[in-house]
Amino acid sequence: MSADPVDYQTLVFPYARSSDQQASKPVSHPVVIAGAGPVGLSAAIDLAQAGHPVLLLDDDDRLSTGSRAICFAKRTLEIADRLGVGQRFVDKGVTWNTGKVFLRDDLLYSFDLLPERGHRRPAFINLQQYYVEGYLLDRARELPNLEIRWKNRVVDVKSQSDGALIDIVTPDGTYQLHCDWLIAADGGRSAIRRALGFESKGQTFRDRFLIADVRMVADFPAERWFWFDPPFHPKQSVLLHQQPDDIWRIDFQLGWDADPEVEKQPDRVIPRVQALLGKDAKFEVEWVSVYTFGCQRMEKFRHGRVLFVGDSAHGVSPFGARGANSGVQDADNLAWKLSLVLAGKARENLLDSFDVERVQAAEENILNSTRSTDFITPKTAVSRAFRDATLELARKWPFARRLVNSGRLSLPTMYAHSPLNTPDTASFAGTMGPGAPAADAPIRINTAPDWFLTQCGNEFVLVTFLDVGSLSLLTPAALASLASARVPVRLLNVVPPGTRPHAALIEDADGYLAQRFDARPGTTYLLRPDQHVAARWRAFDVDAVLAALDRALGQAERTP
Amino acid sequence: MTTPLNTHLNFPAPDDFYEALIALHRDLTPAQSELVNAKLILLLANHIGDPTVLAAAMAAARARIDVTAQSPDQN
Repeated sequence: MSADPVDYQTLVFPYARSSDQQASKPVSHPVVIAGAGPVGLSAAIDLAQAGHPVLLLDDDDRLSTGSRAICFAKRTLEIADRLGVGQRFVDKGVTWNTGKVFLRDDLLYSFDLLPERGHRRPAFINLQQYYVEGYLLDRARELPNLEIRWKNRVVDVKSQSDGALIDIVTPDGTYQLHCDWLIAADGGRSAIRRALGFESKGQTFRDRFLIADVRMVADFPAERWFWFDPPFHPKQSVLLHQQPDDIWRIDFQLGWDADPEVEKQPDRVIPRVQALLGKDAKFEVEWVSVYTFGCQRMEKFRHGRVLFVGDSAHGVSPFGARGANSGVQDADNLAWKLSLVLAGKARENLLDSFDVERVQAAEENILNSTRSTDFITPKTAVSRAFRDATLELARKWPFARRLVNSGRLSLPTMYAHSPLNTPDTASFAGTMGPGAPAADAPIRINTAPDWFLTQCGNEFVLVTFLDVGSLSLLTPAALASLASARVPVRLLNVVPPGTRPHAALIEDADGYLAQRFDARPGTTYLLRPDQHVAARWRAFDVDAVLAALDRALGQAERTP
Repeated sequence: MTTPLNTHLNFPAPDDFYEALIALHRDLTPAQSELVNAKLILLLANHIGDPTVLAAAMAAARARIDVTAQSPDQN
């Protein structure tokens, strides 16, 4: 594997003075985003793609130092596709679907995270955070209405009814900006959260972990390997994972008593790595970090005109890859809603659903992450006894393997109780209920192979499943009603495999689409701009669609 | 109050069972015994499966245990 032509780790983005800094009174921007990490960049691109002017501030002038978040889930890749960077992620990333769990020297079990065929994206790729940020940044720079200011640190915020007043420190001193909307993507130690007097509360864990990224040529497969009590690191856990450029992530559990400063030293790190790889292994240590973590969240992610996304809003343990992935999904959830509010097409209360849906997601992530952590780091003697008993039983019996928890890996949240959902009035099999993220499937458009999800997103999409020979379920009158809806609705007409090619039809190439959506001729789905299901019916009814659209725009309870 | 947990005598030979349970731990250290007990609970719990029965059994096992009687350094 050759190194990427751009060394994203060494890029420095020069600070440039903005004319805003000498304005006599604070210049106002519609949207300011604090933090150019994966989450802030995703939100910025999403809003800028929709045509809004976006100002992105970052306190630094470089991308991520060290690989940091490396596991990017299928759902995040689908969002990245919508943002125009998914293919770069996948081309560079190491694709994997399989995880293995070992107890001491023995393989306990392995799992396949994507056992189904017919999805464009794999369950996971591994890609260093600096590549993720670098590719997002390359995309951001293609958007003329997206301005990035480096070395602009938000230090104080005053919340106002019409937005926020922000104090920013630069190498040239401090200046003030006003914004109508502020997105706080400024990380776990969010200055915005602190300035507004909010807390991210939860549980911290008494354990320390060492990340050693090593460069080596090795013939381990591209799989997630997790050991409990391995002979090379007794009584603790170890995780091994491949990254691009022949870099391997090794994560050693150290225990609470480990001294973080001492453990970072090469004379401590190298023997640990050698114990795993063998004393003759050739490797270079790329990056070392000793970390602790907590599982916590803010009570609410929307505070008037200030919206918290990613680590500023919530934190989890790394086991499960639920940090960066959930942050990007926060941005995905927020962007279309804020875009419609900015465009005057939805009322501000639509943003309350961002809070409801993403708080639910954070709770789900924290629950899964806490359970994994309790298994990996038992807090009491009896908890350890049950953990060890589970591992011993798992050698022999499958039931116990299902209890072994080395991380429950990130899956998208189904917003089952979202106020934006229209409840089903007919019965459907499968998992594609209101609130679920739409499943992918291979399709053909006029004989050209493509993927269903590339046709969805960025606006509302009405998917109708047709019989062979049919071109549309919609009468001209229904089409006219739909065209007069308050937001655009794109129509996708799906036909069964083998139908005569037609540019206006989507052929369900292998029948997976109808299967995954439990569709019959007449079945109709309304998908939100973030590809989640808003409503579905067994037969098309334009009034039902318009009512569901209103509800998905947060207009469910109309005042007479 | 009805409970899904069968608390009526269900052992065909109660004394035999009790003797076997004690014998199971013969010659084991306390740590080994703790592991054996944990494995036994997991095996039986999976055999039962029904979450309402398991929840009732857990509640019955913990009933009338005075948490405040614990010394603060125990955990």
